[in-house]
Amino acid sequence: MLKNLRIADLSNHTSLKPTEIKNPEYFHKVVDCQYACPAHTPVPEYIRLIAAERYTEAYMVNWESNVFPGVLGRTCDRPCEPACRRGRVEEEPVAICRLKRVAADNKGDVKAFMPQGPFASNGKRIALIGGGPAALTVARDLAPLGYQIDLYDDQDRGGGMMRSQIPSFRLPENVLNEEVNFILDLGIHTHFKTRVDSLRGVLDKGYDAVFVGTGAPKGKDLADLPGRWDSSGNIHIGIEWLASVAFEHTQKIGKKVLVLGGGNTAMDCCRTSRRLGGEEVKVVVRSPRKEMKASPWEIEDALHEDIPIFENHVPKAFVTENGKLVGMTFEKVEPKYENSRRKLVPTGEPLVFFEADDVLIAIGQENSFPWIERDLGLEFNEWGLPALNETTFQSTVPNVFFGGDAALGPKNVITAVAQGHQAAVSIDLYCNQQSLTERPSPYTNLISQKMGIHEWIYDSDVTTDIRYKVPHADKSLTLKDRKKEVELGFSQDTGFKEAQRCLNCDVQTVFSESRCIECDACVDICPTTCITFTTNGEEEDLRTRLNAPANDTSQDLYVSDSLKTGRVMIKDENVCLHCGLCAERCPTSAWDMQKYLYSVTKAGNQCGILQELTT
Amino acid sequence: MPKNTIGYAKADYEGVISTLCAGCGHDSISGAIVQACYEMAIEPHRVAKLSGIGCSSKTPNYFLNNSHGFNSVHGRMPSVATGANMANRDLIYLGVSGDGDTASIGMGQFVHAIRRNLNMLYIVMNNGCYGLTKGQDSATADQGSVSKSGSVNPFEGIDLPGMALELGATFVARSFSGDKTQLVPLIKAALSHKGFALIDVMSPCVTFNNNAGSTKSYDYVRDHIEALAEIGFVPEKEEITVSYETGTTVDVELHDGSVVHLQKLADGWDPRDRQAAMRRLQAAKTEGEILTGLLYIDPNSKDLHEVIKSDSRPLNSLKEEDLCPGSAILDLINEDFR
Ligand SMILES: Cc1ncc(C[n+]2csc(CCOP(=O)(O)OP(=O)(O)O)c2C)c(N)n1
Ligand code: SF4
Ligand SMILES: [Mg+2]
Repeated sequence: MLKNLRIADLSNHTSLKPTEIKNPEYFHKVVDCQYACPAHTPVPEYIRLIAAERYTEAYMVNWESNVFPGVLGRTCDRPCEPACRRGRVEEEPVAICRLKRVAADNKGDVKAFMPQGPFASNGKRIALIGGGPAALTVARDLAPLGYQIDLYDDQDRGGGMMRSQIPSFRLPENVLNEEVNFILDLGIHTHFKTRVDSLRGVLDKGYDAVFVGTGAPKGKDLADLPGRWDSSGNIHIGIEWLASVAFEHTQKIGKKVLVLGGGNTAMDCCRTSRRLGGEEVKVVVRSPRKEMKASPWEIEDALHEDIPIFENHVPKAFVTENGKLVGMTFEKVEPKYENSRRKLVPTGEPLVFFEADDVLIAIGQENSFPWIERDLGLEFNEWGLPALNETTFQSTVPNVFFGGDAALGPKNVITAVAQGHQAAVSIDLYCNQQSLTERPSPYTNLISQKMGIHEWIYDSDVTTDIRYKVPHADKSLTLKDRKKEVELGFSQDTGFKEAQRCLNCDVQTVFSESRCIECDACVDICPTTCITFTTNGEEEDLRTRLNAPANDTSQDLYVSDSLKTGRVMIKDENVCLHCGLCAERCPTSAWDMQKYLYSVTKAGNQCGILQELTT
Repeated sequence: MPKNTIGYAKADYEGVISTLCAGCGHDSISGAIVQACYEMAIEPHRVAKLSGIGCSSKTPNYFLNNSHGFNSVHGRMPSVATGANMANRDLIYLGVSGDGDTASIGMGQFVHAIRRNLNMLYIVMNNGCYGLTKGQDSATADQGSVSKSGSVNPFEGIDLPGMALELGATFVARSFSGDKTQLVPLIKAALSHKGFALIDVMSPCVTFNNNAGSTKSYDYVRDHIEALAEIGFVPEKEEITVSYETGTTVDVELHDGSVVHLQKLADGWDPRDRQAAMRRLQAAKTEGEILTGLLYIDPNSKDLHEVIKSDSRPLNSLKEEDLCPGSAILDLINEDFR
């Protein structure tokens, strides 16, 4: 009886509404990699182009969206890869990042596809402070629209942290130079070796808008740790030290090096040390290894270069003898979990001493704006960051915009690029006296992939290959030369094979209920049992009633309108392989495979290669 | 990938990818067979699947790829099944046929298998036409049904369940390819039944008989379907724990201890009453309804082996001394004929 009550109860609740596939975000979310990418690069689109050996176009699809394909194909934090569907249906995601490099390595004359100057002036002048990824993105987006762009940077070349903080063995200088120059060649007025000491000074020059992309230039220190200032010549701040190596002011380091910190900067510091004479290089982190912020592959590369990592060691003091640094002491701790909070509790063991000739402190970065006068009306928040609208990146001074690490705190290159695009959109709207909050909608396009009766334009076969490994240059060579690139990149052949692992998540399964005769053919054929025809209900209940329970609630259910029998079609987007078998078996074409293109609109609604390629 | 209680995944019960027309009802029935065998945790090598000729008879290639198979000539599946069953009673016999294969060329074979209560599941994938030979009306096409080319069938259609009841079948059911919630438990119950089990499954031919005016189209069948009860199959090990209002359910225990659980019965009807079943079928026919569900079951059914008192062992396990018991026994036998 109780059971009956429950059923009656349920029927009173709201059933799921038909999915609004017209909402551009619905299918966007199904393309997991693109959705996870801050710049929303159309990943499957360029992967297919790579498989078709159309490297130039693949590069341009990237360039339009993320501006630095060659740089990012080597150094990106890859938020796309943990999101990749392949990682949910088997072990490892597609090597998206390294495929991007395949496009960059094999591209042809990409310049021919880029905007061709000189551009007719629109009479507006923009100042960019800082020459890193965010500012360069703004430059690229605005220059073709006729803006005069003045770029100020204290380095002697563009690139910002991509040049000063990413070591050459991960990012060769010529790769960076090429991509920086693509932008500077658009007619940017560069003012290198020019340090901006006053925002007021820049504003006084009468620019229509100013963009601040100065990064997070200040490395954190352990200023209060005992002994810190006794032999400070051998204690360095990680990012400053990396910059000084990059600009060739520093060529050597001691034999024994300690690197403090667990992020990617720490990994770059320790690996660079190995190339500058460090023989016994150790990384020491406060917390457990699994909490390290560094990307797993960076950690792996460091371990491969014989750099041990000591976890749960809290620095206690720098030890100096006769005015010379000899090492550091650490307290051993262990993590204790209380109410889902983690505390590091001393184990009570005696302090650990590690010898060191040099110590590199890589425990984080901070923003610093000493050059912005506090009486300009530009407000800062409690973390010392500018008060910004997080969509428009406009500060409290209407014509001053921020982007990259300077905006919302340190993140990564791809985030800086994404923010640069949005700031550029804002600056263009601002200069045209338009509302900044009415953002241009994304460019989208949904096209059937039908070619023959049961044939698709895209390669719908699902390969079972597991992820291919990127070959590395031999350690005996790379450790001798800090400029020798470690990763060799995929060959065209391996690149093709890896590209075939992509499941084409942008080729959507589009369902039209009016055509469905409910014959169940799609249900029977689906290799992952993700389609169910059933009575509608509440989402929570429905998820358990499907032919295969849909346990991953972060993934949507695609729900049709009511069918003839009163039931609905429900598809769990989670593990759909986009293999097209449902559409192949459908007698009435109620299922169709349609390629969904989603592209973030750039400043001035510029039409790029994507639209050209797909229309 | 989930596994059943004997460690097989559903994929282990599948066959090659179907070459039937997309949307063919037969494919859904194959799907239901896979589902039922997977859920019942049947060892695939214990099944023998047999068929005749037709699109329907092609389907054994699309399920149970790890089972024994025999694709016989047109309409001859029942005699091959009889022979196989007589030789090895330890296998589970699953015959698949079409309405053409069964009700025309194979009719003579079909009726005798029923008469003998051969222990097998006999599925008719009934689409009212000869799909394989491009959609000619079959003997189960209803009078008045309009073919794709527009001709009206002038002949009376054969109702296979009605005929089977008449012939003394011990398990008779009808279902619809588009209703797996009914078809899967029916297949499970039929596989557990000892004796001849017929399931006549309405299975639309999307290519030749899914047009307006056809009485075997998806739309027509859905509009005219009338289920006798909701059916559930409860394996021996499980207990029925939910209680229902009296008079609305019937539980039929099968010889292997499993239970067919019928819920929401149409006006107190009992599936163990052959005559009631025949009456209901007739009534439904006059109403223009397609009656589905378990129409009749005889839980005390005696199969052919039991009737003819054959050896309880498969023939291939009999040793020379079983087959040739020696002259002393022969003398005894000869004594009987004096
Ligand atoms: C002895 C013989 N006679 C005739 C045929 C031609 N034939 C092939 S299939 C078929 C009818 C099949 O109809 P059905 O059993 O309903 O199968 P369906 O294709 O409709 O599933 C016929 C008459 C044959 N193959 N062999
Ligand atoms: S012809 Fe008809 S019965 Fe044969 S495969 Fe096609 S739809 Fe199925
Ligand atoms: Mg037929």
